[in-house]
Amino acid sequence: MRSAIPAAPRVGTAQILFGLSVAILVIVVAVPVLLIFFNAFWVNGAFNIVDVVKVLSQPETYQALLNSLILASGVTVTGTIVGTFFAWLVTRTDLPFKGTMKVLFLVPFMLPSFIGALAWKMLLSPRSGYINRMFMEVFGFDGPVFDIYTYVGIILVETMYLFPFVFIQVSGALERMDPTLEESARISGADLFTITRKITIPLVMPSILSGSLLIMLYSMAHFGTVAVLGIEVGIYNIPTLIYEKIHQSAGSFASIRTGTVLASVLVVTAAFILWLQNRVLSRGRYQIIAGKSFRPTQLKLRGLRIPMLVFCIAYIGFTIVLPTVTIFMVGALKTYGLPFTAENMTLFNYKFILFDWQLTRDAIWNSISLGFVAAAITMFAGVIISYVIVKMKVRGKGILEFLGMLPFSVPGSVIALGVILAWSGKFGINIYNTVWIILVAYIARYMAFSLKANSAALEQVHDSLVEAARASGATMWQALRDIVVPLVRPGMLAAFFLIFLPALRELTVSVLLYGPTTRTIGVAIYTLNEDGETVYSAALAGIALIIIVFGESVIKRLFKIRYK
Amino acid sequence: MSYIQLDQVTKRFGAVKAVDSLNLGIEQGECVAMLGPSGCGKTTTLRMVAGFEDLDDGEIRVGERIISSRRKRFYLPPENRNFGMVFQAFAVWPHLSVFENVAFPLRIRKLPKAEIEARTEEALRHTNLWAVADGSPDDLSGGGKQRVALARALAIRPDVMLLDEPLSSLDPHFREEMRFEIKDLQRRFGFSILYVTHDQSEAMALADRLMVMRLGVVQQVGTPLEIYGAPANRFVFEFIGLSSFLKVALRDGKMDVGGTAYAPPSPPPEALIAEGGAWLAARPNEISFTSEGGVGCVVERKAYLGEVIDYRVRVGDAEVRVQKTRRDPGPAVGEACGLIFERPRWYPLEG
Repeated sequence: MRSAIPAAPRVGTAQILFGLSVAILVIVVAVPVLLIFFNAFWVNGAFNIVDVVKVLSQPETYQALLNSLILASGVTVTGTIVGTFFAWLVTRTDLPFKGTMKVLFLVPFMLPSFIGALAWKMLLSPRSGYINRMFMEVFGFDGPVFDIYTYVGIILVETMYLFPFVFIQVSGALERMDPTLEESARISGADLFTITRKITIPLVMPSILSGSLLIMLYSMAHFGTVAVLGIEVGIYNIPTLIYEKIHQSAGSFASIRTGTVLASVLVVTAAFILWLQNRVLSRGRYQIIAGKSFRPTQLKLRGLRIPMLVFCIAYIGFTIVLPTVTIFMVGALKTYGLPFTAENMTLFNYKFILFDWQLTRDAIWNSISLGFVAAAITMFAGVIISYVIVKMKVRGKGILEFLGMLPFSVPGSVIALGVILAWSGKFGINIYNTVWIILVAYIARYMAFSLKANSAALEQVHDSLVEAARASGATMWQALRDIVVPLVRPGMLAAFFLIFLPALRELTVSVLLYGPTTRTIGVAIYTLNEDGETVYSAALAGIALIIIVFGESVIKRLFKIRYK
Repeated sequence: MSYIQLDQVTKRFGAVKAVDSLNLGIEQGECVAMLGPSGCGKTTTLRMVAGFEDLDDGEIRVGERIISSRRKRFYLPPENRNFGMVFQAFAVWPHLSVFENVAFPLRIRKLPKAEIEARTEEALRHTNLWAVADGSPDDLSGGGKQRVALARALAIRPDVMLLDEPLSSLDPHFREEMRFEIKDLQRRFGFSILYVTHDQSEAMALADRLMVMRLGVVQQVGTPLEIYGAPANRFVFEFIGLSSFLKVALRDGKMDVGGTAYAPPSPPPEALIAEGGAWLAARPNEISFTSEGGVGCVVERKAYLGEVIDYRVRVGDAEVRVQKTRRDPGPAVGEACGLIFERPRWYPLEG
């Protein structure tokens, strides 16, 4: 206990930090979300639920809600099956090259799914897709072998990019699980099949569920794949309908209202899914962490060993290599639709996009600068807020904890709509159509990442370390500067890159906010594709992939060297 | 031939021989404890008996039946060996109730429902768990969880019980209690026990015979009394109980310890004399102080541990530990005096 307790409440460091944290979260996150609810439920100065029901029962909105549900459920089921199967394969069997496979299965996480969707469109659109054309022209098929512009097509493409959520959770759980839990079932007389069914799966069920809820959350709020593959044939989900409403009706009241109602549904659904995930994790978290280092019994695949390896390689080739190669090849075509022969290929597109065309040069610059500035601001704001939440004892911290939870459950399209409502002049500041509105939205969008990384780092810093500094004569600021900041620096760095890299390839938020000169890379790729500039779109996507992969590997190396 | 027989059992992990040509026989109803520092191969041996590890050489039999054989390439899967096993980290299943944990092996064996219930209840009553049968094992203490594991192993009425450091995750006072319970259950059901531990007092209290291992090689097999009273080598002497060692040089038929000539009550064997030197090993309570003669030493530290007084004395460049009772006070710190070794044992300098 401190010896001197001030008689009256004083405005000290703690209060300043607390006030600052609350202010950041309120302005950046709470106000936009509140404005959405307000616009949805408040008409002409009165609370109005009838209108909300009316909006929801319009065929268009109703269908979008239904589609979101259908697509999210489909992706959740397939993603969970794929993720669990591969997780089991790389942790519990004698599959060759397991380590490499494990890394490869995580690659889809770093690739933007809308670029993947673009590639699949080029390969499997019913008439012009290269694979479909090959089957029709070379093998004489009457129609396309597979139409990607369908529910099944969208679900499969999303699955390719979202299954790692389950894969990571389940392979982690299987690796950490105490092998004696399974060995004791074996010595009790159970064979491997019975053990898998009665012991292993029930024990990792919380991890499976928590991963599949994450898939559901992302798929529900996912814009890119549905925008690329669905809009053309009239399949809208909630985020794409919001986009359509905002863009095509030029900000009319009715379309804004429809947007806010849809956004409200999205927020409530997201909050519900997160709540459910929290419950699954807290109620079902069994103590299954291993004590001894004996490796778990591996299932010998025997005759299936090579077929399984071939299957994994084929899966990776089909879902990662093929789309990536397609993007680069199409990006090098003189005109979209030509066959891939040497005389049709050129590097001109790449040169044009990088050096000559203002639109794409702007986009690359915008994404890099926006990502950098948003990451820096969010990192510092996140460390302050996390510090107050994790370490300080101030009155009213409950409010801050609640506000800190908010960014986790607000999907990108909701943030975008919220900042439009908050920052287009209604409250005296109009930054609509400028790069600043995207920056504000990015800060809100990525605050959750920063809070997560920073509070994890801060929880590692035991209170006694700061107390020891204070006891040695340091003031609170000195203790922060000399003890806390150096210790959480890895967390801050992690937060920076956790924001910078996704921001580089961001589409959902910026597509609702861009103006003539403020396209991001994602927006440029998307709009070029919409305008039929397929080869430029592909070339830019190829450049984006190079930037992303380069960034990821530089950071991996950086972290490996510093924190091995 | 013994009930459980391990013949020339060998296991390699890469280039390392984790277990090297191990022979061991266990009688019906006997408890054998495998004892040794970590990495000595005791757990690997147990896991080979359980069937979780294949053999790189040798054979394991139970009764007339071969259960593991390198030569025949035959390994009975663990689930068909009908052993009970208890693991260090409890390994009770958190998603099943206490009752269902214990009933699991019986359900796997597809016993009639009434028999499953009767035998589960019996096992739970013997382990004092009947009152919490419907609860989750996660609500139990470490000792409670380990009882569930024990009950689960008992439920199938095994002839052989494999215990892998079952007490080392428990609080000290639970340990002693569980030790008696295990012994009690063995007396009642008559199963054989193969027990792994690194705790010598646990091994001494439980086992009919001990097997001390080091780096995959058996050092000595014998009753606790044999192991303590007549350690086969310096390693066993040091591993069991408190010990001190002095290097003794043998020159011109005379023994020299830390610079003073010394004539022990029992001289070392001829073979060691021929080698020119040996280790003199002694327990702290088998050494006494004398004011005249003996091996010259200086008292460096003296600590009162209640009933005993613990001395650290210096002999040349070696330290010797001596323990005397409170009623038999010895010299003060800094005092020079002589040591008499009452029961010296001799080991070769090599190894």
